[in-house]
Amino acid sequence: MEDILNAVVLLSNFVVVPALAYGSQLALGALGVTLIYGILRFANFAHGDLMAFGTMFVVMATWWMQGAGLSIDPLPTALLALPFGIAAAVAVSLLTDRAVYRFYRRNKSPAMIFVIVSIGVMFLMNGVVRMVIGPDDRSFGDGARFLIKVKEFREATGLSEGLALKLSQGLTIAVTVAVVVALFRFLQKSRTGKAMRAYSDNEDLALLSGVSPDRVVLFAWAIAGTLATIAGTLYGLDKSFKPFTYFQLLLPIFAAAIVGGIGHPVGAVVGGYIVAFSEVTVTYAYRKFLIYVAPESWRPEGLVQLLSTEYKFAVSFVILVVVLLVRPTGIFRGKVI
Amino acid sequence: MSLLRGEGMTGGYGGADILRKCTIAVEAGEIAVIVGPNGAGKSTAMKAIFGMVGLREGRVVLDGKDITGLSPQDRVREGMAFVPQTGNVFAGMTVEENLEMGAYLRTDDFSGTMEQVFELFPILKDKRRQAAGELSGGQRQQVAVGRALMTRPRALMLDEPTAGVSPIVMDDLFDRIVEIGRAGVAVLMVEQNAAQALSIADRGYVLVTGENRYSDTGEALLANAEVRRSFLGG
Ligand SMILES: Nc1ncnc2c1ncn2[C@@H]1O[C@H](COP(=O)(O)OP(=O)(O)OP(=O)(O)O)[C@@H](O)[C@H]1O
Ligand SMILES: [Mg+2]
Repeated sequence: MEDILNAVVLLSNFVVVPALAYGSQLALGALGVTLIYGILRFANFAHGDLMAFGTMFVVMATWWMQGAGLSIDPLPTALLALPFGIAAAVAVSLLTDRAVYRFYRRNKSPAMIFVIVSIGVMFLMNGVVRMVIGPDDRSFGDGARFLIKVKEFREATGLSEGLALKLSQGLTIAVTVAVVVALFRFLQKSRTGKAMRAYSDNEDLALLSGVSPDRVVLFAWAIAGTLATIAGTLYGLDKSFKPFTYFQLLLPIFAAAIVGGIGHPVGAVVGGYIVAFSEVTVTYAYRKFLIYVAPESWRPEGLVQLLSTEYKFAVSFVILVVVLLVRPTGIFRGKVI
Repeated sequence: MSLLRGEGMTGGYGGADILRKCTIAVEAGEIAVIVGPNGAGKSTAMKAIFGMVGLREGRVVLDGKDITGLSPQDRVREGMAFVPQTGNVFAGMTVEENLEMGAYLRTDDFSGTMEQVFELFPILKDKRRQAAGELSGGQRQQVAVGRALMTRPRALMLDEPTAGVSPIVMDDLFDRIVEIGRAGVAVLMVEQNAAQALSIADRGYVLVTGENRYSDTGEALLANAEVRRSFLGG
């Protein structure tokens, strides 16, 4: 019995909790991608770098606040700095829309042009971020480290395995729940939210109903910038802030949006967790787990790891390819890319 | 003076003219029907009247006011509503949300109008929480017409409202459209089921290659041997 409990705690500690946190971060990222796809009808390759851009401002505002002695200990100062990053990301999103995307929208350019343009925007943002804050790892997390410590958990339960819940993980999950609930309420209940869904569903009919495309597009960018910054900040607090990692996150985020059904907000959230759980379960070494649950004679020799962690992006890639081959609309029947 | 009138409309999609000096008019409380072969430009004429196709010549007049330069959205504000031939509902949204979107430009309380739509199409009330895309063809057309009615338009334009519905449902839809006309709305519709549509029409237009071939009362067109032979299948 105790072995089973130990095995459960072990899996929770190394698979469930990290995947929940990572999945939440992907879900927030994928929501932004899916929203832009639904309204502007292109896959925004600049989304990862938008995350980096917004987070960079959060990092700098955090440093400034730390220097000025501002603190909300035990919570990380970054939470206080979040609005600055959001404002910056929303501003740069609206600015690029004005300066770049609007031109192609007025010309009714095909989606492929938009995608290529967004790759250009991606390089630009990438360059700006590297120039301003540099390409290196930056730490900006402070406040308490843990909500639940391994040692305390062991003492409280008497098990030999411990469960840790980092504050950043708990925060990620809580903030994601709050943000997702707020976003869905907005989309389902508010007049503007309904207009956005209508525009995404049937652009011509939405125009005939009097929906203003400029307003819908403005809201889409504002929400995407906000979500990107929140996702990026939570990821940065949980891991660390390094611009290149945010570019790499684009792959699992796209996989999440597409597996759920692109253009479909619920799909983006579900997709985020699917990708995260796949990645973590495939790269976890099950040796210790098997020692707990399997009979003595089955003791594994190796690590029992399906894929080494360096290859974790292959998981997203495989998911992406399989979905596009087998069910291009994704789980929730979004649009076909 | 007609409530809504497209006069000498000439224009198309940028290339060759699809419409050539085409004139369509409808009075308040009356039903006007446009019939004609596939590709005649019936939908184009509707779009031109609604401002979705540019006109090189001619004008559109609503209640004595020249609206040729207005955008489709502004025409909605002026009291026009349009049910396009394709993509006429928000498939992923519920019936109720479709109606709400119809009333998007209204800032007053539109619950009364929604009740009226539900009275006209009782089935929609039962299905109000269902996605429009999950409904049958006939029900979807009812949603489409209901959405257009939500602005309480003076002029309602319907492009093939009975496309893809069964004969029984079609009869019922025609009855509803007659009812809408009797309530004082000017109804302009394009119909594939020409004979039946002309039988409820006050005015009929036969359009061929973007030109008016025949214009008369519905009754007279139905009685016209030539029209019967060429356009109504005998
Ligand atoms: N968006 C468009 N761009 C360019 N040409 C178009 C467009 N839509 C229609 N056309 C052309 O305009 C002509 C008239 O088309 P329209 O749709 O008005 O015909 P219709 O009378 O409504 O036909 P149907 O009975 O099939 O609905 C056709 O030759 C068609 O190919
Ligand atoms: Mg047509």
